Amino acid sequence: MDLIIPGSGLIIWQIIGFGILLFILGKFAWKPILSALDERETAIEGALKAAENARNEMANLKAENEKLLQEARLERDQILKSATETSAKLIEEARTEASKAGAKLIEDAKAVIETEKKAALAEVKNQVATLTLQVTEKLLRKNLEDDKAQKELVQEFVKDLKLN
Amino acid sequence: MFRKILCISTLLSVFMLALSTATFASSEVEGGEENKTGFIMHHIKDSHEWHFATFGHTHVTLPLPVIIYSADRGVEVYSSTDFQDHETHAFGVEHNGYYINEHDKLHAVDESRSYIDLSITKNVAMLIIVFVLLLWMIFSAVRNYKRNPHGAPKGIASIVEPMVLFVRDEIAKPNIGPKYRKFTPYLLTIFFFILMGNLLGLVPGAANLTGNIAVTATLAVFTFFMTNLNGNKEYWKHVVATPGVPLPLLLVIVPVEIIGLFTKPFALMVRLFVAITAGHIVILSFIGLIFVFESYAVGVASTVMVVFINLIEILVAAIQAYVFTLFSAMYIGQAVAEHDHH
Repeated sequence: MDLIIPGSGLIIWQIIGFGILLFILGKFAWKPILSALDERETAIEGALKAAENARNEMANLKAENEKLLQEARLERDQILKSATETSAKLIEEARTEASKAGAKLIEDAKAVIETEKKAALAEVKNQVATLTLQVTEKLLRKNLEDDKAQKELVQEFVKDLKLN
Repeated sequence: MFRKILCISTLLSVFMLALSTATFASSEVEGGEENKTGFIMHHIKDSHEWHFATFGHTHVTLPLPVIIYSADRGVEVYSSTDFQDHETHAFGVEHNGYYINEHDKLHAVDESRSYIDLSITKNVAMLIIVFVLLLWMIFSAVRNYKRNPHGAPKGIASIVEPMVLFVRDEIAKPNIGPKYRKFTPYLLTIFFFILMGNLLGLVPGAANLTGNIAVTATLAVFTFFMTNLNGNKEYWKHVVATPGVPLPLLLVIVPVEIIGLFTKPFALMVRLFVAITAGHIVILSFIGLIFVFESYAVGVASTVMVVFINLIEILVAAIQAYVFTLFSAMYIGQAVAEHDHH
């Protein structure tokens, strides 16, 4: 029976012992341990959050970089394309300009040649006329050296005049 | 963690077996047939001396101080050997008007005498050991936290920390709710005290501290006060005038609720006492079988059984510490809950 009858002495010692334990541990042990645990938990949580943030930022940065790169690539392509286009156009323009200039040159040359030709022809005609006159003059002079011939010619002219 | 416990428990069991067989093998030779299992109850109960082993006729015993307080004589301190026969070392010798009877209880020769027995009995000595070990263990951990506040726990702290976290996160937080911080130190103390008492009680030669009804009763009373001193308005309203119950029924409900205040700690007290005492009895019974049958075959079989039951007892030690703390937390949680769940 005395197994289930609590002994008074043990109860008193237990109250004292457990009471002291409760006081000492509560005041000097659990408080620092629990606060250290809390602190560490918040520190770990903060570190994890920071790592997560850093990772997100990194991903963002990477995405941004990728985007920038993509844009740069696009721009480069565009620039290249427009450059090729411009150069092609320039070449084309140059070509047409050149051919136009050539054609004009040829035209001008033709016109010059034409005028030159005309001038030359006129010159030649004048020359021919002058020569002809000189020849004629010489011929006439030779033919009209004697009076008889002269009289005959005058006669002829007068005859012509009368007729007119 | 589990592996470590398994290894330690196996070692403990082997050690205990070695010691207990040495102890009882020799001590029970001289006893009669019925005395062969008497050591079981002797171990379970408190005692004024700490008996470790007997080799032939030599008793390895630690005599403990007998402290008596009485109004007329004040505090008297004796050694437990003062009450023993010098030849047989049996109690029963009268000393200064007191004697210790065959059940290891101190009595006055004069029956009408009133006194308080404050002796450092085996369980009180055990209590002091648990007390010192707990303080040492926890303060080593505290030192570790002070030295290295943000690092991983090292040494003793790495044993203490998981248990502290377990009590805080699995017992205090879910059962008490937002006010858990105020009660966590109490729950931690009770958990570590019971766990330490349970585990040390399994060490061969140790006393059955947490299997003693005086100890469990005191712990239960602590929880009782912790619960009811912190009970809020709603809690008391629930007890003395349960809301939503018609008046005639209140006449039945209120006494039940009031009885309930006391049955809760009573259940705590009985549960721990029975679980630990029963475990000790089972282990000692298997050892006792060896001396009853005096056969090697039974000896081997019993030894195997004792090892297994010791493993189970280590589990029980932890479970009972958990259960006591859990129920304490639940009772406190009911007392401080802000919202009525009914």
